[in-house]
Amino acid sequence: MKRLSTFNVTSLTFGFAFLYLPMLLLVIYSFNSSRLVTVWAGFSTQWYGELLRDEAFLSAAWITIKVAVMSSTLATILGTMAAYVLVNSGKFFGRTLFSGMIYAPLVMPEVITGLSLLLLFIGIGLDRGILTIVLAHTTFAMCFVSVVVSSRLVSFDRSLEEAALDLGCTRFDAFRLVTLPIIAPAVISGWLLAFTLSLDDLVIASFVSGPSSTTLPIKIWSSVRLGVTPEINALSTLMIGIVTIGVITASLISKRSAVRAQKDAQAAERSA
Amino acid sequence: MRRFALIALPYTWLLALFLVPFLIVFKISLSDIALAIPPYTPTIKDGFSALIRGLDFENFIFLTTDDLYYKAYISSLQIALISTSLTLLVGYPMAYGMARAPAEWRATLMMLVILPFWTSFLIRVYAWIGILSNEGFLNQFLLWTGLISTPLTILNTNTAVYIGIVYTYLPFMILPIYAALDRLDDSLIEAAEDLGCSRLSAFWLVTVPLSKNGIIAGCFLVFIPALGEFVIPSLLGGSGTLMIGKVLFEEFFNNRDWPVASAVAVILLLILIVPIVLFQRNQQKQAEADT
Amino acid sequence: MAKPKPDTWDNQFAPWDNPNEKPLIRFKDVTKRFGDFVAIDSLSQDIYEKEFFALLGPSGCGKTTMMRMLAGFENVSSGSIELAGQDIANVPPNKRAVNMMFQSYALFPHLSVYENIAFGLRRDKFPKDKLDARVAEMLKLTRLEKFGRRKPHQISGGQRQRVALARSLAKGPKLLLLDEPLGALDKKLRQETQFELMDIQETTGTTFVIVTHDQEEAMTVASRVAVMDEGRIIQVATPGGIYEAPNSVYVADFIGDVNIIKGTAKPAGPDQYFVDWGVNQAPILATSDRPFTDGQECHLAIRPEKISITKAKPDEAENAVQGKVLDIAYLGNLSTYHVELPGGQIIKAQTANTRRLSRRDITWEDPVWIRWNATAGVLLER
Repeated sequence: MKRLSTFNVTSLTFGFAFLYLPMLLLVIYSFNSSRLVTVWAGFSTQWYGELLRDEAFLSAAWITIKVAVMSSTLATILGTMAAYVLVNSGKFFGRTLFSGMIYAPLVMPEVITGLSLLLLFIGIGLDRGILTIVLAHTTFAMCFVSVVVSSRLVSFDRSLEEAALDLGCTRFDAFRLVTLPIIAPAVISGWLLAFTLSLDDLVIASFVSGPSSTTLPIKIWSSVRLGVTPEINALSTLMIGIVTIGVITASLISKRSAVRAQKDAQAAERSA
Repeated sequence: MRRFALIALPYTWLLALFLVPFLIVFKISLSDIALAIPPYTPTIKDGFSALIRGLDFENFIFLTTDDLYYKAYISSLQIALISTSLTLLVGYPMAYGMARAPAEWRATLMMLVILPFWTSFLIRVYAWIGILSNEGFLNQFLLWTGLISTPLTILNTNTAVYIGIVYTYLPFMILPIYAALDRLDDSLIEAAEDLGCSRLSAFWLVTVPLSKNGIIAGCFLVFIPALGEFVIPSLLGGSGTLMIGKVLFEEFFNNRDWPVASAVAVILLLILIVPIVLFQRNQQKQAEADT
Repeated sequence: MAKPKPDTWDNQFAPWDNPNEKPLIRFKDVTKRFGDFVAIDSLSQDIYEKEFFALLGPSGCGKTTMMRMLAGFENVSSGSIELAGQDIANVPPNKRAVNMMFQSYALFPHLSVYENIAFGLRRDKFPKDKLDARVAEMLKLTRLEKFGRRKPHQISGGQRQRVALARSLAKGPKLLLLDEPLGALDKKLRQETQFELMDIQETTGTTFVIVTHDQEEAMTVASRVAVMDEGRIIQVATPGGIYEAPNSVYVADFIGDVNIIKGTAKPAGPDQYFVDWGVNQAPILATSDRPFTDGQECHLAIRPEKISITKAKPDEAENAVQGKVLDIAYLGNLSTYHVELPGGQIIKAQTANTRRLSRRDITWEDPVWIRWNATAGVLLER
């Protein structure tokens, strides 16, 4: 029988305190009425108000969301295709290069990815703007999507697709009607990952964005370099809040469906 | 035909937006500064032989003459190494505690480890500015407890960079180690104790060796991105903090010296190849052991 | 209904013996290679309409490859496969009038039982008004009427097996392929399901080709059994034929339990031979349709149940040998005695336990006599 020793409890407590205290402080001090961010002067929501009146922040947020939606959708399509090819296509010309190009961006320092894409865009004369950010984000996010999706496809029972073909499906129909619905959770989490990566990216966006396409991380970066500001605290709190709600909801849903699956399995045993 | 399109689309995309840009970086790193403004002479138009003749290793030689670069590489390696070790020291006990926690808690603990990963990287680094600054929370706390009488200078030093890296990359260390420890059969520890091991020696002789692959994977997952890190040294480090990602960024944006920036990138990549290959090999070995 | 039961000896159902009958499937010199590995080695075989044809063999013998070539998931390397007289080499799986029941069942987890069964019909643009009736018919055939709305994970293993069967039969294929269809079921359920499978095959009149490594299953369900090894069919015959008249030691050994006595043949009259098999042992008398020359090496295969065992020396037996009981395997209804002969060879003899345990008199280390008739065994070349 496993038992948590004092050592285990201590390391877990301190570990999670280390992970969460900084964010907790951020959240608390976003409600501070003083502009001096480390001195508590009373509760206030004024910074949220100021944040929402700040045109520059709002437009940066809007651009970021547009870029994230476009690039994560494109990345999901391309990444799923790439995963399908990697898992199912056996040997083809240049396969090693292909899988290398899928895995390399995962470990490539962002500064290099950003620099190389910028040099490409300049070389072909593409004006920097939303389009170039979308292209850049799609490229590195599709690799993450393809890793997520291919880890699901590896355990996918190939005979399901064969059964669909056997029952009269074309290859495309078999994918659309059988494979895709079954791997959908992985595709969705791939999309969410791509969305988050795009939302989060500062370095690559700094290279490939133009003056009219400042994203939220770039905006945050330029104010943060000057020090801690309560508006940024408020913005951080909003972002942390959204993510927390999202992750908790997702884990509750998956927990509930796991419980339901277990109940179904038990019921099936009884009905046998 | 359809299969061809399926392969061709992502393939072409990656060729055009990953491989080609990379070759451009490589080429520019060999170009001369005056010429390295679009369309970067020598260009292919001038013919292949002119292209080869026009390229040289001048930028790389320049990197060796200015010790800024050499020091930046060394210090990047050093910072990445130290912070990886620190992350292991913090992460292993946490992963171990999670693996020994009651089964019904584990999903929640997992979620708590992953949650920060979904929140903005930038904000997580930013959060430490308010903690580590001279009048920050940490100094306020230490002054209040009476442990120190004058504020410590932590922000804008390498220490702050270590803290930042440990904090942001901790999940990458915990998850593979936890995965390895979770698979560990309890009866192995019991068998070791049965054969005369003390608790501690059973841990050293059984648990640690069997989680070796998780430790190696975790270390690489921290070390590789830490080496090229830009945000953390820029926000938390000081002017004395040299990291290659930061140097590249500044070379490009402040000095506008594209060939040198490209040469820095090429060398950074060469340095990264060794740990990446080692990491891949470890993953492959583990995958083979699993099947 | 006249039951074309496989092991009928009156030739009720034996299209393979009728030279005018056209085969439904014809393998013509088919070879399949995977790189250097030859999975199917220039194999020719006919399968007739309404047959229940079993491919039996150890794993890796090529039986699954044969089935997958029929379904269209593997191409032939050379030779051809005909279905109802048509070469099907270039027909993709989704255009073949062949359906397959997968070993894993391959039920679509996101679709209900009803939708799983309707899946193939919908692909064929089956008229909407008739679809419901067809699915209901299939549900009825497989006794799944109550489960149409459930998802595959909400039903038991046996029910899933029946859904897989119903789904593959829904389109009314000319040929149904079953890949280890009962492999995932426990023994008791498997035996029940074997009979159900035979009933359904009879009711629908579909030709079934089943792949299995379970010899009992093949013997129970099939009209003919093909025993395979290393990409070749070693023997094709009715279950009775395979068991009683194996054509090789491999087949005799693969199906059921058998004693093999190696020796040399000496003609002893019309269709009769003496087998010299050991120093200081009287030769064994055996009958054989297969001719053997004087001094030719041969193997006598005798089933344990055809050998009787007694304590006293039998009076007039064609073959009788004395030995010592080495082991007794008590199986409840049967007992198998392992008798060691003076030369060291061990012969298994099986008797039905018609008496209570306490009344039986043979025990370990007892000297005993075993005997069998000249017609009990089969004389084989190899």
